[in-house]
Amino acid sequence: MSELPSTTLTPYAGAAVSDYLQILKPRVMSLVVFTGFVGLAVAPGHLHPVLAAVAVLCIAVGAGAAGAINMWYDRDIDRVMRRTATRPLPAGRMMPGEALGFGVVLAVGAVAVMGLAVNWVAAQLLALTIAFYVFVYTMWLKRRTPQNIVIGGAAGALPPLIGWAAVTGDVGWGAVALFAIIFFWTPPHFWALSLYRADEYADAGIPMLPVVAGARETKRQMLLYTLMLWPATLMPWLLGFAGPLYGAGAGALSLLFTLSAVRVWRDDSAGASERSARQMFAFSLLYLFLIFAMLLADHFGGGRL
Amino acid sequence: MTAGEVMDAKETPREMGERKRRMRGRNRALLAVLLALVALFYAITIVRIGGG
Repeated sequence: MSELPSTTLTPYAGAAVSDYLQILKPRVMSLVVFTGFVGLAVAPGHLHPVLAAVAVLCIAVGAGAAGAINMWYDRDIDRVMRRTATRPLPAGRMMPGEALGFGVVLAVGAVAVMGLAVNWVAAQLLALTIAFYVFVYTMWLKRRTPQNIVIGGAAGALPPLIGWAAVTGDVGWGAVALFAIIFFWTPPHFWALSLYRADEYADAGIPMLPVVAGARETKRQMLLYTLMLWPATLMPWLLGFAGPLYGAGAGALSLLFTLSAVRVWRDDSAGASERSARQMFAFSLLYLFLIFAMLLADHFGGGRL
Repeated sequence: MTAGEVMDAKETPREMGERKRRMRGRNRALLAVLLALVALFYAITIVRIGGG
């Protein structure tokens, strides 16, 4: 407990409610909840609306719990990076033990409620997601390998499977397609961010790809992953659980995403490179949201879209 | 500086007010969470009993 910044000379007032909310990483949680909800909505079968709401709540709380434990573990490197230095732990507004306890209680609670209220397959997948994010990504890969977000990205790709399993009690090919979309989307998304934050990652000692292999190699791999996204995003249409309009929309969006990666790849000057990377990062969020929104619209349109 | 030393540091009236304000906020949030959990488990029970 000797980890409060030495600049904290006032008595510890305890964390505010807003600090507890902040360590749940609400912005990450919103995307996780949305993709989990889409997995639940497009799965074949029926789940009572109350239990569906409980399943989405458990996914949200589980994601928040993983975020809180991640912030507890990463508090040393968060202090170094400008983007994360104002978080409750590095800023000294919350004790590390509070964040860890909060995260563990929420994780156990979310998995237990999912199992008791919905089903134990969804609960096991939720537990796997939290464990993968905390132990495999945060504690093992993040500080050791530039492939950290490639393998660790599986944790972010699992929520649609949880939603799907909440309805069906198992994992079908449709769920695998949703997993593949997020899995192949994650590397270009995070590498776009790390391209213009490379200095901060280097200062924190995190071996992100631009830090280890340079911008040129990162841009090449980003482009390759946007190409691998094509079959993943078209899979729902090819498997027959989304209509041709979804297929056309997914193809158009994937083309735009690939073109944004080409622009990042071609921009060599520092200023232009940073600008195009920032734009690609912003577009990647819109891209994933629109792909899943189209799946949802297609489903509620009876596959006619 | 350890957490214990921070805890033991002399509080000014302003700091005491801030600490109490945060504690009140946490207490209210905890009350809201507990009430929400009661409502949640009630709803789950009703749905599960009904075979949902």
